[in-house]
Parts: sequence; C-alpha cells; structure tokens
Amino acid sequence: MSIPDYIIPLVVALPLLGAFLTPLISRVNDKLRNIFVILILGVNMALILLLASNILTEGIMIYVFGAQNLNLPLVRILFEVDAMSIFMAIISSILAFVAVLYSWAFMKENTGLDKYYTLILLMTAGMLGMELTGDMFNFFVFLEILSIASCALIAFWTHKGESVEAAFKYITISAIGALFVLFAVALLYGQYNALNIATLANLIQYNFLDKIALALLIVALAMKAGIVPLHMWLPDSYGSAPSSVSIILVGATQASLYGVFRVCFTLYGSSLSTITRQLDLFGRSLTLYMNSILGLIIILLAIITIIIGVLMALIQIDFKRLIAYAAVAEIGYMFLGIGTGIAALGTTYGRTALEGGIFHIINDALDVGLLFLVAGAIYYATREFSLNRMGGLARNMKITAVFFIIGLLAVAGMPPMNGFASKLLIYESTYQLSPILAIIAILCSILLLAVFVKVFYSAFMGPAIPKFKDVKEVPKSMLFAMGIIASIIVIFGIFPEIVLNNLVEPAASALIGYENYIAQVIGGI
Amino acid sequence: MIYNIPYIAVAALVLLGLYALVFKRNLIKMVIGITLIESGVNLFLITLGYRTGSIAPIYTSSPGGIMSFPVPQALTLTSIVIGVAVLALMLSLVIHIYRHYGSLDVREIRRLKE
Repeated sequence: MSIPDYIIPLVVALPLLGAFLTPLISRVNDKLRNIFVILILGVNMALILLLASNILTEGIMIYVFGAQNLNLPLVRILFEVDAMSIFMAIISSILAFVAVLYSWAFMKENTGLDKYYTLILLMTAGMLGMELTGDMFNFFVFLEILSIASCALIAFWTHKGESVEAAFKYITISAIGALFVLFAVALLYGQYNALNIATLANLIQYNFLDKIALALLIVALAMKAGIVPLHMWLPDSYGSAPSSVSIILVGATQASLYGVFRVCFTLYGSSLSTITRQLDLFGRSLTLYMNSILGLIIILLAIITIIIGVLMALIQIDFKRLIAYAAVAEIGYMFLGIGTGIAALGTTYGRTALEGGIFHIINDALDVGLLFLVAGAIYYATREFSLNRMGGLARNMKITAVFFIIGLLAVAGMPPMNGFASKLLIYESTYQLSPILAIIAILCSILLLAVFVKVFYSAFMGPAIPKFKDVKEVPKSMLFAMGIIASIIVIFGIFPEIVLNNLVEPAASALIGYENYIAQVIGGI
Repeated sequence: MIYNIPYIAVAALVLLGLYALVFKRNLIKMVIGITLIESGVNLFLITLGYRTGSIAPIYTSSPGGIMSFPVPQALTLTSIVIGVAVLALMLSLVIHIYRHYGSLDVREIRRLKE
C-alpha cells in the first residue's frame, strides 16, 4: 500500500493549523475546544502511524515544498522521513495525545486554557517538524518554535515564582543553543552553499570549520537534551511545569536528542571512520579514529550523567524534581548506548548498543512520562508535591498506586517491564566494550530502584494521615491517560521483540546507513 | 584585511554577548547579552552572502552587475523575527520575576537551588 507524499507536511501542518483555530473555538465552548484538540492530535497520531507503516515497508519518503519533484539547484525546503525520524515522531505524538487527555481534568480549574492548548499544539508541531525535516535551517526554525512554546508552558503557573524562574533558565539555555545551531548552519552554508542535510552530508570534508560546526551543534543540542554539565535547567523546568506539560517536555528533550543523532550519524556520517591523528606513544604508533574519540567523549559524559542523576535523585524531597533527576539518569543510559554504538562502529555489539539506546528512548519517554502523570495525579488529589508531607495514599488512590508501581519497575529496569528489555541490551553490549561501564550502569539502576521504592513507601504506604482522609481517586480522563501509557509499558515489556524488530531495528539501520539518506536526495536529481 | 573586518566584528559581538551572559548579575543585562550574540550571528549570515560591489538582489529592476546572494538575507530575516519573539518572551518573564522576587539580581533569584 502506497500513500501520497503530502501526508508528510500534513503531519506538521495539522497541529499548526489547529493551534491557531483553538482560540476561536474556545470562544464557542470549552468542552468543544477540548474535544477539538484531542481530535486533532488523535488524527495526527493516526496519520503518523499510517506514514510509519508505509516507510517501514517502502523506505525513505521525501516531500519537496513548492515543486513537483527534486530539481537542481536544490534551494527548496524538503522533508525527508526515514525510519529513525518516524520512530521519534511516533513517540512525540503519543506523548502529546496523552498529555491533552490528561489535561482535560488536570487543568480544569485554570484560566487561560485557550492559550494553554494553543501552545501545546505549537509544541507538537515544533517537535514533529524537527524530527521530519531534511533541512538544517528548517531544523533551527522548528527548534525555536519548540523552545518558545515550551518556555511559555513552563511559566504557565505564573503565580508561582519558581515556574517563572525555571522558564527564564529554560529560555536562556534554548536561545543560546539555538543561536549556536544557527552559527553552525551558517558555517556549513558558507562552505558548501547548501542547507539540505543530505547534500551537506554528501559534500562534507571534515576540515577545521566543519569541526567547529560539529562542536557547536553537539554542544547546543546536548545542552537542550540535558546531558550533565549542562543539565541544571532540566530538573527546574520539569519540576516547575504542570505535570501535563512535563510529559511533553520529555518529548521536547528527545527531539533535541534526535538532532544529536542526525548530526553524528548522517551529517558527519562519512567522517565518522576518518583517521584524525597518528600518535606516537612510547615508540608504539597509535591510530585515532574520529568515531572512537567522539564515542568515548559521549560515553564519559553519559556515565557522569547517570551517576549525577541518580545521586541527586536520592536526596530530593520534591516529588517532581526527584522524577526529573531520574529522567536525567535515563538520558545518560540513552547516550551510553549511542556512545558505545559510535565507539564500536561496525561491530555486532556496537549495533546492539545502538539498538538498545534507540529502544531506550521510547521506554524512557513512557516510563518517566507515567511517573510525571502519577505525580500530577497526587498533586491534583492532595495539592502536595513534598514527599515529607505525603503518606498512606494507597488507601484512597488504589489505581494510581498500581500505575506508580508499573512506572517504578519500568524506570528501574525490572524484568516484566519495558525498561528491562532496553537496559539489558545496553548492559550486554557495553560489557563487551568495558565491563566497568556495564557495572556502573547496573549499580545505578539498582540505586534508581531504591530511590523509587523509598518514594513509593513515603507517598503510598504508612499510616493514614488525617488531612488526606477525604482524598478521592482522580477523575477518569487522568486515569485513562495513565492507563494508556501503563498498558503500552506492559505490552512492550512482555513482547519486546515486536518493537525491536519492527521499529528499533529499521531505525538503527537508518542511522548507520547514511548513504541511503544521501542517495535518496542526490540520486533523485 | 579590510574584508575581514565584518568577521572580526562577528567574533567581537558573540564574545561580548557570552561575557555579558556569564559575568553579569542583572537579568536585563543577560537578555542584552543574548541579543548581542544574535546580532553577531545575523551579521555573520549577511556577510557570507555579500560580494564586493554587489547590489541588492531585486531581479525585476536590476541595473546589471553582480548581486549579493539572497538566501542568507532570507535566513537573516527569519532569524530576526524569531529573535524578536524570544526577546519579548524573555522580557515578559523578567517582569514576572521582578514581581515575585522584588529583584533582578541572579544571586537573589534562586528558590530552585538545591
């Protein structure tokens, strides 16, 4: 079954159009607006799944704006969608859909909801645009749309000083990051006279200016993905935003993570196996390859990220900040898989590591997202974020407690859940690179379990607190949203090979096979 | 040498902006720092498209001769528009921060520090 290629821009255009219709519909009726937003994102998710089924069977799809087909000179913007792009798009659309379902009850008492839903749709458009585009400047534009919308949403509860403070940190980091990306784009454009990722990847020579551009791109995107020396904004933003926004922010950081992949594997894909330096150490000559240097740097950062994320999570007393630090640690696991994949490019275990890293992206989005939703549910019921003042909630909120157990086991990588499947792949492949890496990774996973068992005990177990005697289970829309994610987690955990074979494997092949990505555009001319 | 002056200006603007961001304690000055970096990047893009003695790329009323390259100008326009949006958002956040904290000094705006 082949589908028309205009589905690709439609996926981005639909939320964008919906975003600007939302304030109008909001004037008619609030309920109608909620249904409209859910409908838009639901249809969008269906379109993305349709696109995914087509791409997984027939290969890369291209849509050129303003032209029938590709022709020289390539000055047009084009969307190029391969298995990796569509994999990320599926994650983003699931998260956005769940977030609006959850918002129905969670944000009910707030005013200004027309703006809230507009910004959520804009964020979705930004994420999807970043993931589907095949043009560097276009990437920058969607990055900025995403940053501006998410910053406004982090500051949505403006009556809290913390939210505004976190939003200011976020916009500062985002603005600098985006300007670095633009600077790198200008450097590449000045040399190769192209903005298209495939054309640039074909022409790139890996000279001095390219190295500067690579450093700028990696720093900016890793900063936005929240890797450790530059992670300080992440717990603040995740912790201060409304829970329904935190879950989309997980998707937003992962869109930046996707940017790192695209830059490393596609844009600089041909340079990865280049010899960068011949060293003469103590009479032995040592050949340094670009991929081992880049891989080792990423692995080092990943290990630091994991350790700091877990250790900081241990000492938190604010529920959402704790989850945010756990999210930092999870980002470290993804980078560990990717870094090992780059360092051991071409070997079997390198590929396993890459698959583990990619699989962990979707698992992290679901696990951390579910935990944020549970934290939001507890806040909704008790108006409390501090773990010191909670307790005995499992008596009144049985279903939420079950969802929390599922999220807890998944985030710690325990066997029946999806987190185990991807973490096992990462452990077994990093072990072959160096056993110490795997040992640190496993130890930190165990610590993560300890952290969340502590949280479970202090929030849900223990004696009943008189203040929470009348606490009721949260409304159905929130339970339904949590239920969707929890069921996906369990299904992925029981049948990991379905996801591995159908989504993760093609995505890993798409990343490694950068020649296909280039040939699809260059060969089409 | 004379042709390198725009690039030197770019480096100066970006470094000045980074300096303001890292060492200044006032939020407004940090916002100014980001604006400076943005101007530097925009200047860089414009300089890339310019050729000596070229005219503005308007095809319908061209007197002949070489034109400067239009694509970087289009990119710069987009970047300026985005920059205005970011600037407005940052300043509105600064107003909110001042209302909550009664100060613009970064040393006093640290409720989230742990």
